[in-house]
Amino acid sequence: MSRLDFDQVSVRFGAGRHALTAVDRVSLTVPSGQIVGLVGESGSGKSTLARAAVGLVKPQSGRVLLDGRAVPTSGRRPLQMVFQDPNSSLDPRMTVGESVRELLPPDLPSGQRWPEVRRLLELVHLDPARARAYPAQLSGGQRQRVALARALAGRPQVVIADEITSSLDVSIQGAVLNLVRELQVELGLSILFISHNLAVVRYVASSVAVMYQGRLVEVGPSATVLTEPDHPYTRRLVAAIPAGPGSGPPAPAAGARSAGERSDPVDPSDPCPVHPLAKESP
Amino acid sequence: MEADQTVPGRPLEADPALADSLSEPPQVDWEAPTDLAPTRRRLLAALRTPLGASAAILLGLVLLTALLAPLLWSGRAEAIDTSNLLAGPSAQHWIGTDALGRDLFCRVLVATRLSVLLALAATGLSVGVGLALGAAPVWLGPVAGQAVVWFIGAAVAFPGLLLALFFAVIFGASQTGAVCAIGLAGAPSFARLCHTLIAGVMGRDFVAAARVGGISRGRILFRHVLPNVAEPLVVQATMGAGGVLLSFAGLSFLGLGVKAPAYDWGRLMNEGLSGIFIHPLAALGPGLAVVLAGLAFNLTGEAAARSLGLAAQGGYVAGSLPARSARSGRTAARPPAPPPAPAQREILTVEGLRVFFPGPDGPLQPVRGVSFSVAAGQALGLVGESGSGKSLTALAVAQLIEAPGQVEAGRLSFCGADLLADGPRLWRHLLGTSMAMVFQDPMTSLNPTMRVGDQLAEVSRQHYGLGRRPAWRRAVERLAAVRIDQAERRARQYPHEFSGGMRQRAMIGMGVMGSPRLIIADEPTTALDVTVQEQVLDLLRSIRRQDQVAIWLISHDVAVVSEVCDRVMVMYAGRIVEELPVARLRHDARHPYTRLLVAAVPDMTTDLAAPLPTIPGRPVEVGQFPPGCAFAPRCPAAVPLCRRRDPELEPDGAGGRVACWRAGQPWPAVDWTEAAP
Amino acid sequence: MNAAAEAISPPPTVDGAGPSAATGPAPWRWATALWRRRWVRFAILRGGRLLVSLWILVTAAFLIIHLVPGDPVRAAMGITAPAEVVEARREALGLNLPLGEQYVRFLGGLLRGDLGDSIGSRLPVGQVIAQRLPATASLAGLAFLVAVLVAFPVGLAVAVATRGGRRRRTELGFATGSVLLGAIPDFLLGVAFVSVFAVGLHLLPVAGRGGPATYVLPVLSLCLGPAAILARIVRVETLGVLQTDYVRTARAKRLPPHRVYLRHALPNAVTASLTVGGLMLSSMVAGTVLVESVFAWPGLGSTIVSAILTKDYPLAQGVVLVYGVGVLLINTVVDLALAGLDPRSTVGAS
Repeated sequence: MSRLDFDQVSVRFGAGRHALTAVDRVSLTVPSGQIVGLVGESGSGKSTLARAAVGLVKPQSGRVLLDGRAVPTSGRRPLQMVFQDPNSSLDPRMTVGESVRELLPPDLPSGQRWPEVRRLLELVHLDPARARAYPAQLSGGQRQRVALARALAGRPQVVIADEITSSLDVSIQGAVLNLVRELQVELGLSILFISHNLAVVRYVASSVAVMYQGRLVEVGPSATVLTEPDHPYTRRLVAAIPAGPGSGPPAPAAGARSAGERSDPVDPSDPCPVHPLAKESP
Repeated sequence: MEADQTVPGRPLEADPALADSLSEPPQVDWEAPTDLAPTRRRLLAALRTPLGASAAILLGLVLLTALLAPLLWSGRAEAIDTSNLLAGPSAQHWIGTDALGRDLFCRVLVATRLSVLLALAATGLSVGVGLALGAAPVWLGPVAGQAVVWFIGAAVAFPGLLLALFFAVIFGASQTGAVCAIGLAGAPSFARLCHTLIAGVMGRDFVAAARVGGISRGRILFRHVLPNVAEPLVVQATMGAGGVLLSFAGLSFLGLGVKAPAYDWGRLMNEGLSGIFIHPLAALGPGLAVVLAGLAFNLTGEAAARSLGLAAQGGYVAGSLPARSARSGRTAARPPAPPPAPAQREILTVEGLRVFFPGPDGPLQPVRGVSFSVAAGQALGLVGESGSGKSLTALAVAQLIEAPGQVEAGRLSFCGADLLADGPRLWRHLLGTSMAMVFQDPMTSLNPTMRVGDQLAEVSRQHYGLGRRPAWRRAVERLAAVRIDQAERRARQYPHEFSGGMRQRAMIGMGVMGSPRLIIADEPTTALDVTVQEQVLDLLRSIRRQDQVAIWLISHDVAVVSEVCDRVMVMYAGRIVEELPVARLRHDARHPYTRLLVAAVPDMTTDLAAPLPTIPGRPVEVGQFPPGCAFAPRCPAAVPLCRRRDPELEPDGAGGRVACWRAGQPWPAVDWTEAAP
Repeated sequence: MNAAAEAISPPPTVDGAGPSAATGPAPWRWATALWRRRWVRFAILRGGRLLVSLWILVTAAFLIIHLVPGDPVRAAMGITAPAEVVEARREALGLNLPLGEQYVRFLGGLLRGDLGDSIGSRLPVGQVIAQRLPATASLAGLAFLVAVLVAFPVGLAVAVATRGGRRRRTELGFATGSVLLGAIPDFLLGVAFVSVFAVGLHLLPVAGRGGPATYVLPVLSLCLGPAAILARIVRVETLGVLQTDYVRTARAKRLPPHRVYLRHALPNAVTASLTVGGLMLSSMVAGTVLVESVFAWPGLGSTIVSAILTKDYPLAQGVVLVYGVGVLLINTVVDLALAGLDPRSTVGAS
């Protein structure tokens, strides 16, 4: 399929003293047919980067390239995005089928449009009869499946999934994760999978990028980054993950911990805290 | 409230079908979707409410009068009777006559048409201009649009009547002038409403999704935005028409609206006022008509808004959240609850705890008989999905459920005190000093208008009678103890100057102002980032270690609970389905729900080659609990017995408790990728 | 309440959390430090907004005469007036000058307190307004006070009494009463009061302005509607505040009920109510026009009505300006109260 490149992308909001650099010179590659996980805490700029990729926010500098060509920021895009909250990402006044159909390529003959909608719904394991349902009639997990089907209707070369499991109940997120892996294998999609949950990213993504305060601090294969993190921030992030059940008795807490949570692992005065690895594509 | 309609655990009787049912293959139910009624059905439902029905009848009468009265009574309304000038009420003239002897009742009826038409015209003008201005950012682009929005903001600060006078100066005193004046005067508030609504819809992700999908601006506006703002707009316009009717009457009353020989209600009042000494009904009759018609529009709008779930301006959509407040009662004639796991020095004992809330079809019971105990210094976890009743259980134990909620229990004792025997008034000191609460959202749990230090110091002043200064010193000292830097300075700040993690630590600091024996932490880290979460959990652990404080940690996250706790309870549909030591959670849980819950959430050791196990269906909602085990419809191990009888929570023989007919038994292989929720 | 007084004194810094401490040349740092004092920042932002609103108001008032369709002077003097008289009048009003120059002269006149002369009476507009203003201001001021003093305690008390679905009948009675009272326009209330208390019972004077008794009916008819609506808003907002997490926190601290309501719920309920209902209070300024008409009150209301009827544009211009300033003043007072009650509101977000 296609390869997505972020080349030195910066996004700033506001102006003057109140300006906030949400994304700071980020270079990242999503290789063709792979899932790249993007992790970071709230405010780290990961969602802004996603919105910049599909043209919902305008980068101050840098380029977003698809197979070496600039991604169009208006009209039909070869990139599609799936959002965090399926309650908000589906129009409550449109049936599921209409929502999916709307994004089909305009040149698709009208006779093929509804069969195509049914095919897409089946692809995400939804009963095609549900095409006539409104989003309010579906559960959260089903709505997120519809959102995925709609993204696929746009025939994307790359899909950006922004925290798509965070608003789902724990018993349901597993099914959506299974679906993401399955779609990637079946359709050979390139996916940028954004999440704050490292365990989730580890499960779906072959490589991981870590963002902190708008900067990319570490990139590498999941296995390496999550087991032998290089950057101090990644190390702290990995150390903070609750161990999970059954992994031994709770470890005694470390004695004196520094108090302020804003104690930066990255020295803010460092002009370029970006790790050398981050400059290479994974 | 009726407590006797609850279903306590039925005694297990011999069941001939038991053997058969156990051999039946398990099956998975496809969930039934909750059908949200479309607009039309909800509006029809509104007609059946007293408010909706009376409003609709009133509006119907007003419109019917507007339509028919000029056809039927024009003649009588115009007939001059010189023998009956300014007559009082009589059988012939119900509210008397005017200075030319014309029948006032007929004139009021006939005036309905002009009054309503003018009001509707002005409302239409308001809505049209308002919509055009409010949508300006969409069709003018961001810069010019922002200027328009800014202008709207300035114009809204002036009251409508003043704007109407302003425009009346320009357009002059005439019927058309008044329509323009009132219509334009109403435009800014409609423009603001439209702008807020449109901006709200434009900010939703489905518009972003449509933009990413290459849908054109015009199509987004007409296909996605306008349909989603139409409902609140129509409702607001209906209510607005009521207000416009009154404003128009006001202008006509001042002599700035309708000119003779035409007449509307305002003009009739104006004419009546001069004769108020002779017979006040001449002025009050048309006034009453104005109020009735105004109410008809207003109430219709209000009823529609309520049925559509819109919060009208200044209105209140009731029933969105169960209010909290409470009376507690001891359950009468309850079969003895299974004995809680043996524990020494219990500080909290709960038996048969139930919580009731009134529902549309009788009381709902989101918590259905919960029994457990917490020993001194123990860390107990409570895990469950949203809607399982875990937070209500915590609030009920802490005696924080407010009316109309109601709490019942066989036993509820804390530090040896029976919380049910005496009211909360008596135990205020004990609970205030020995039981600490930490809530989910640190952003909303602290009072935004009070300094953080004052909010902590308040505890010492209230429960230990400390003076201002000693209480403040204690607050600063406690803030430092929960690892807040520069505690002296921070104590003087307001909550909005704190970060999320600091607020949650301040909440914990508030809890340790006294000498707590138990900290109840309800999802204390759900709203926090993972590194901050670790600090908060760490703090809870160290407080527990230092002061032998018991911790009751409630969370949806199995991993968080197993970080901190020794034992964990799993809750589903208002019941505890399993209680077990944390060490057994991964490999030795007995209840299928526990096992699936643990397996369905990936952690850092999950097998990457296999698909994740999933739990089909979705959690049952309160009030829709099936007769048998509530988990049976989603359970891969369920047998017919499970659907008929609810199992009791009983010792599992390995130091835990479990409520399952098929505890610990394997179930047939399931293809997880196809088991769609 | 000690702590309430304390809450008004400025905190040392507003944004201590951020690492963005002022680092720059001394004057800049000084300005930043000053900016960080929230009252200084509030005064600058709110004062700036007041000035901008005033400018819009003045400009709108200036434009009145230019927006009138047709020839305003001809309209004012009637069709029969000879052309040269009309032309002379137009010349006297300065309407033949370029628009920009007229605007500058208008602004200059305003600064000197000169609002031009009335077309009808030939008296200076400023003089007419000065004569009429006290009657209107005292009426509006009293009504404002009564509305606030009635609405807040009543709304709060009803909210506490009916929280969580308690006392359904009280709730229903209050809701019905406040809706009805809020739906009756002030001038109709005035007419009803006159017919009952003045004409029927002879308890109070029918009309005119004199001793304290003459104020009772006009003030009541002006403030009852807004007070009812405001009380309803206060009740709804208080109920909302009683459901918040921080009130639950206060209850979890096992504070006695009076402290929960007065210290934790009240300031937040007042803040929320003023935010929603502030405009209700300023609308009483314009409401005086109708009430004055009912009670033959010698205020600005009758002045503007006759000015509109006789097309006396300079006079109407002046009165609109005065009403607008009154509205802006009340809005500013409401914002000041909000700022004192809520430490967040001074950020000047709007």
